[in-house]
Amino acid sequence: MNFKLAWRNIWRNKKRTWITASSIGFAVFFACVMQSMQLGSYERMIDNSVRFLTGHLGVHQLDYWDEKILDNSFPEETLTELNLGHESIIMGVPRITSFALASYGDKTKGALITGVDLSLEAQFSYLENKLREGVYHTDNGALIGAGLSEYLKLGVGDTLVLLSQGYHGVNAVGKYPVAGVLKFPVPDLDQSAVYLPLGIAQTFFGAEGMITSYSVLLDDPDATEQVQSQLIGDSDVYEAMTWKEMMPDLVQGIELDYYGGLVMVYVLYGVIGFGIFGTFLMMTKERTYEFGILNSIGMKKSRIQRMVAIEILLLSFLGVALGLIAASPIVVYFWANPILLTGETAAAMEKFGYEPIMPFALDPQVFYDQGISILLIALFLGVYPMLAIQQLKIIKALKE
Amino acid sequence: MSVIEAKSVSKIYNPDTIPVHAINDVSLTIEEGEFTAIVGPSGCGKTTLLNMIGGLDSVSEGHISVSGVNIADLNEAALTDFRLKNIGFVFQSYNLIPVLTAKENVEFVMLLQQSHQSAMDERADELLTKMGIKEVSQRRPAELSGGQQQRVAVARALASKPKFILADEPTANLDSHSTESLLDIMAKMNEEEKATFIFSTHDQRVIDKARRIITLEDGRIVSDEKK
Repeated sequence: MNFKLAWRNIWRNKKRTWITASSIGFAVFFACVMQSMQLGSYERMIDNSVRFLTGHLGVHQLDYWDEKILDNSFPEETLTELNLGHESIIMGVPRITSFALASYGDKTKGALITGVDLSLEAQFSYLENKLREGVYHTDNGALIGAGLSEYLKLGVGDTLVLLSQGYHGVNAVGKYPVAGVLKFPVPDLDQSAVYLPLGIAQTFFGAEGMITSYSVLLDDPDATEQVQSQLIGDSDVYEAMTWKEMMPDLVQGIELDYYGGLVMVYVLYGVIGFGIFGTFLMMTKERTYEFGILNSIGMKKSRIQRMVAIEILLLSFLGVALGLIAASPIVVYFWANPILLTGETAAAMEKFGYEPIMPFALDPQVFYDQGISILLIALFLGVYPMLAIQQLKIIKALKE
Repeated sequence: MSVIEAKSVSKIYNPDTIPVHAINDVSLTIEEGEFTAIVGPSGCGKTTLLNMIGGLDSVSEGHISVSGVNIADLNEAALTDFRLKNIGFVFQSYNLIPVLTAKENVEFVMLLQQSHQSAMDERADELLTKMGIKEVSQRRPAELSGGQQQRVAVARALASKPKFILADEPTANLDSHSTESLLDIMAKMNEEEKATFIFSTHDQRVIDKARRIITLEDGRIVSDEKK
């Protein structure tokens, strides 16, 4: 009976019901869209950084991360000792990285030399997509950043001279034809990046068969810690670091932004909360006389409270459902078709090395979290009608 | 057998500031099956007395017993339960539950008493038939005339066979035809169901039908006549 009464009561004043449900629904909709956008941008940021820089997990020789020198590299053949059988591992790429002087004509500049397996790298970091000129696949050529190319005034087919200190202090000198020019959005990288085929780089550094890192990509980033614990077993020679350990600045930046977004969501909750409270307040005041009548004919206050609680629950569910129904197609659409940014915003994003798009996250947790949060707020605000009924005085109510 | 006994009952508003004696030392006894009208000018305390008898308002002095139970001894929840089981209410403005049909309104009090569905159906149908509104049993209050609504209210009050029915100005919002018809029905219920009715009213037609007339003035009983 309580349910029947509650159900009919909420449809007694259809306009008010729809206004209340809509305000709850709007909160859910806005919070879902906002959080999906926020999480989507983090996902994209993490994916970009992980693919290009560290992998979800990076395997190094134990001292490498503290002192990134070639002497702390490790033999590529020992990769067989790693436990790479975890189902979350998509792929891994070996890299050897160090610095060198890059020279052409009378110009010289510091460069970041990275030796990679070009085929694997094309799948891992989409390096091939950065190619603006020349060819990507080369046996003995170099791929250089467009900024470096411009500075040294050398192009495809010219010969790049590299000079550095190699493995265990050997002299590293080499001449490499420029096979392609890559365009990186991050200026620092664009002005210093030199990619060599892995074997060529190892030879240049006098570090045949050696690599400085092995980056692992996972299909489920949440499994990072689990894979980390299994990847190197009990080795006291290698360490496996997570992307969070290797890129603490990124983690902090995301956290800072996340909490900023959370403040926005709380402000939204507050605004909507006042709206919902106003409706509940009005509903309670309007029906004080009715509650008095029900109590006088023998309906206990606890039963009236149950009836009103069901009404609030139904209203809240209706609102949350409306919000989720409205938000779902929007989120799905923009997840599949991220918003393309243009103008200064796009330029600013590119400067920081990110694609100028606004991606959305399609994470059921977003809908669940926001739905539950708004539902809890509505239920919390529903305490007011409960208290008002508890304190109801029949005679006073009948005079309302 | 008396169903209501009020002894030296007073109701004093604002006792600590400017005391107003709405009811002043009233004693009365209502016997089972009575058809009693409490009459008097506006502000004489009719509604206050009815509210105290019905356990809706507290007494300031004296005590009221219903079937031997001093209602002042009951806590709020027990009093609500007591009203549910012993007292039927008919209000001036009908006060039916707007979202329930006429029949559901009649069944409502029985439902609160957790009566069996078949018993509720049977009793509601019986009462609606006696009230002459069986054909509108599936309509909601907004679809009924004032007279029909008040008949539903009387049926609701009678549904659980309470010890007595308190009717506060039940005909105040009705036209003369509806009033006559409602009074006939209540008189018939008084006869057939041995239901005890206590009205507050200044409607002469109600006073004419009543078999006992208690007149209040300034919160005191000034006359108590039985026909």
